[in-house]
Amino acid sequence: MVSLNLLAAICLGYVAFLFAVAFAAERAAAAGRSAWLRSPWVYTLSLSIYCTAWTFYGAVGYAARSGLEFLTIYLGPTLVMVGWWWGLNRLVHIGRTQRITSIADLISSRYGKSNVLAAAVTVLAVVGTTPYIALQLQSVTLSVAAFAQTDPAAPAPATPSVTATWVAVGLAAFTVIFGTRNLDANERHHGVVMAIAVEAVVKLFALLAVGAFVVWGVAGGAEGIVARLDASPDLAAWRIDGARWAGLTFLAAAAFLCLPRMFQVMVVELEDERHLRTASWAFPLYVFLISLFVVPIAVVGLETLPDGANPDLFVLTVPLAFGQEALALLAFLGGFSAATSMVVVAAIALSIMVSNHIVMPIWLRVGRRGATVSGDVRHVVLLARRLSIVGVVFLGYLYYRLSGGGAALASIGLIAFAGIVQVLPAMIGGLFWRGATRNGAMAGISAGFALWLYTLFLPSFGPDMVVPAALMAEGPFGIAWLRPYALFGIEGLDPLIHSVLWSLSINTVLFLAVSLASFPAPLERLQGAQFVSALGAPGGARSWQGGAVQSEDLMMMAQRILGPAEAQALFRREAARQGLSADLPEATPDFLEVLERELAGSIGAAAAHAMLAQMAGGTQVSVQDLLAVADETAQIMEYSSRLEAQQAELTRTARQLRAANEKLTQLSVQKDAFLSQISHELRTPMTSIRAFSEILRDMGAEDAPLDPAAQARYAGIIHDEAIRLTRLLDDLLDLSVLENGQVSLNIRDGSLGDVVDHAVATAAAGGDRPALGLRRDPASERIPLSTDLDRLSQVFINLVSNVRKYCESEAPELTIRAGEAGGWVTVDFIDNGRGIPTDQQELIFEKFARIGEHGAGGAGLGLAICREIMARLGGTIAYLPGQGGAAFRVRLPAAAALAAQ
Amino acid sequence: MSAPRRPVFVSRDAYRSRRLKDAARLLPVLGAALFGLPLLWRGEETASVGTAGTLLFIFAVWAFLILSAFLIARRFAHADDIARGDDGAGRRRSEPPRDTG
Repeated sequence: MVSLNLLAAICLGYVAFLFAVAFAAERAAAAGRSAWLRSPWVYTLSLSIYCTAWTFYGAVGYAARSGLEFLTIYLGPTLVMVGWWWGLNRLVHIGRTQRITSIADLISSRYGKSNVLAAAVTVLAVVGTTPYIALQLQSVTLSVAAFAQTDPAAPAPATPSVTATWVAVGLAAFTVIFGTRNLDANERHHGVVMAIAVEAVVKLFALLAVGAFVVWGVAGGAEGIVARLDASPDLAAWRIDGARWAGLTFLAAAAFLCLPRMFQVMVVELEDERHLRTASWAFPLYVFLISLFVVPIAVVGLETLPDGANPDLFVLTVPLAFGQEALALLAFLGGFSAATSMVVVAAIALSIMVSNHIVMPIWLRVGRRGATVSGDVRHVVLLARRLSIVGVVFLGYLYYRLSGGGAALASIGLIAFAGIVQVLPAMIGGLFWRGATRNGAMAGISAGFALWLYTLFLPSFGPDMVVPAALMAEGPFGIAWLRPYALFGIEGLDPLIHSVLWSLSINTVLFLAVSLASFPAPLERLQGAQFVSALGAPGGARSWQGGAVQSEDLMMMAQRILGPAEAQALFRREAARQGLSADLPEATPDFLEVLERELAGSIGAAAAHAMLAQMAGGTQVSVQDLLAVADETAQIMEYSSRLEAQQAELTRTARQLRAANEKLTQLSVQKDAFLSQISHELRTPMTSIRAFSEILRDMGAEDAPLDPAAQARYAGIIHDEAIRLTRLLDDLLDLSVLENGQVSLNIRDGSLGDVVDHAVATAAAGGDRPALGLRRDPASERIPLSTDLDRLSQVFINLVSNVRKYCESEAPELTIRAGEAGGWVTVDFIDNGRGIPTDQQELIFEKFARIGEHGAGGAGLGLAICREIMARLGGTIAYLPGQGGAAFRVRLPAAAALAAQ
Repeated sequence: MSAPRRPVFVSRDAYRSRRLKDAARLLPVLGAALFGLPLLWRGEETASVGTAGTLLFIFAVWAFLILSAFLIARRFAHADDIARGDDGAGRRRSEPPRDTG
């Protein structure tokens, strides 16, 4: 007989063996010889974590109680794995690219790295997993007790709780040692995964061995089993509740995706996405084999064992009943494997969630300046993980003690399934629907969780344990339609299906409705876009602004979380990628993004985001930030437009200044020209005056005869020159007076014709030139004027005498045309000479401007004076091109217009 | 931004790989339907097919699903290998599309 001591020794030996396997795997992984660790087979076997002690023992019990219904627990995951192309590949891809560390991290990452949501999912997971851990402790305890009952030599059978205590302590220790050896950047635990794979082989082999023994050793082949099955009073008839069949299949499929431990091995521990392809058929094959002999064992157990025997332990008690102790021991080890592997992985998964989403955020908030100043973050994280593992296992133990270990294994497992499945709508919605929002997820999960607690979890403790029996029977405050097992008056439904139906449907409806009604935050939308288009082009969620944080500070923080070697390697790699030779990369947004993902691999997305936000000075994108940025942009745009206006003005001013400068230069040149001109003009008569006055002075002296005729001639010349000088000076004076605006006008009324008559008469007098032909239209000249008639006639005289002086025609002719139009009187003076060349038309009104090499003596001031006079009279004088000869147009305001002013 | 124009006809390899994905998507639907079939076998009082028969049926469907998944997974791996080989030695995708649909 197997004594309890031997059993304990075998257990210890087996655990030691697992230690060795895990340790060897860790060593191999550390040494880089991990190719075989990364095979798809190890991955597939690690997925078998789904098959816990509940599966190992419970499935047979389930089959014995409810026939084929136990199959649903396997059919669901089979369909999920076979249909991996529907979404599992996407889930796995996102998990790897976003460095997801747990299911809570996935939900939180998707919905804008919300820590509240992560904490909610964590709480849900802990509450949902605790009964499951209790289940494993119970199964181990029961199996030990099964051996104890058949061991008469045992002096005093150890009480179940003592066994459970030792198992709990041992499992916690194992998990702490291998689950938190280091903070791996990817949250991969090679040792644990390897140990799980070995355990998967052990439990499959044990179950197959027992099954083979039952079929060929007891029943005598498959026909025997079929015969016994048909003869069995409990199992023969195919009786199944359709709702339960479909509902449980769905529940198992959903739980397969949502269970924290499944997420851990399926997504987090995955090495290569192509492994999923192998697992898509290999995992169904595994559960196929696991369930192959369940019914035969149940049939034989029901037949051969006494009525009171616990069907949950048939796997163990059937071999024992046939005296196959070695086989029973193997079965025991298989069950033990199933229990331990589940507890280890569940504890790791939950500890990651608890430490990342509950402990770290609190620690970051409490610690002043958190990551930059205080101690080693790695130490804190690891401590939080270890405490979480102990806490989770202890919670399971507590649940086991409280629930009394009485309920059937399978029902506890299903209750846990129904709890964790509440994450499903938020998860699926988050992966496929960009419109899913954080508020929607939060509302759905909370409502589903509350309903599950009320309709399934709390009543599951039994009447009057938590929920009073009266409430169960009549509803709270006697409201019948709020009874936990008959919500809204739906009675007669299986409690589990009832709870799943209500909680999941209200969960989904709320999730969708609130998502539709609410508006996601910017980070949420970025993450949503990344998740939904995960298998398409990878778009970066640019959420960091560089520059606000020093690379050195980042290095300090990264070292604390990733470890010095890894952090330095990462920083060097990034620096190289940026093309820097130094070890520290620039804190660019790209780099911050990479760093955040790396950190997220260790401490979860939300915590990593919070840490970087703290360091980068809160450059987390919020609506307010975006608004501020938009505001800033608007300001910048306004500023730049203002600058542009200023610049245009400056350009304009510069242009004006340049023009003014040019004009000044011109004026300066003109002034110089004027001075030299006037000196010249004055000097010419002066010279002749001096010369002739010298002759006159010398005439009376010595030998020079006094010739009165010559004397009179010389005196005449001197007189002429003096007159010319005087005229020049008069002109200059006139011009100066006109230019300075000091002239006083003598406004009189008169007729244009009179003025022209006077001018022509004056100009014609005293000339030795050929007679000037005049063409006038006296009728048109009858225009009344109200102006300074003397000044106007001065202008006309000037123009007429110019014609007389300069017109080179054989028979000079002057045409004078007058007219009145639009409030202006125009008088044109047109001769029949050669006219003035185009390039000189601009110059003729300048002072001292003379055309050509005319001998005619003139100072060149005439037209300049004319222009000044006309300006004073409110009119203009301009050269009129294209008239055949030289033509000038004088314009001045008409009398009526002038009077109106 | 306008949506990129998708070709109406694709090469035989691309066509095969798309139909393979379709098959992978359809498989769980077929499986679910087949697993639900036993629910219809209930007679008025007792089932026309006993537990043993149902069990055999379910295991047969199960085995069929596993086998199909295995074949599909193998085809995927094969397609991957071909794609990798193509990258090395010139693309075969440039060949004119013959099999269309």
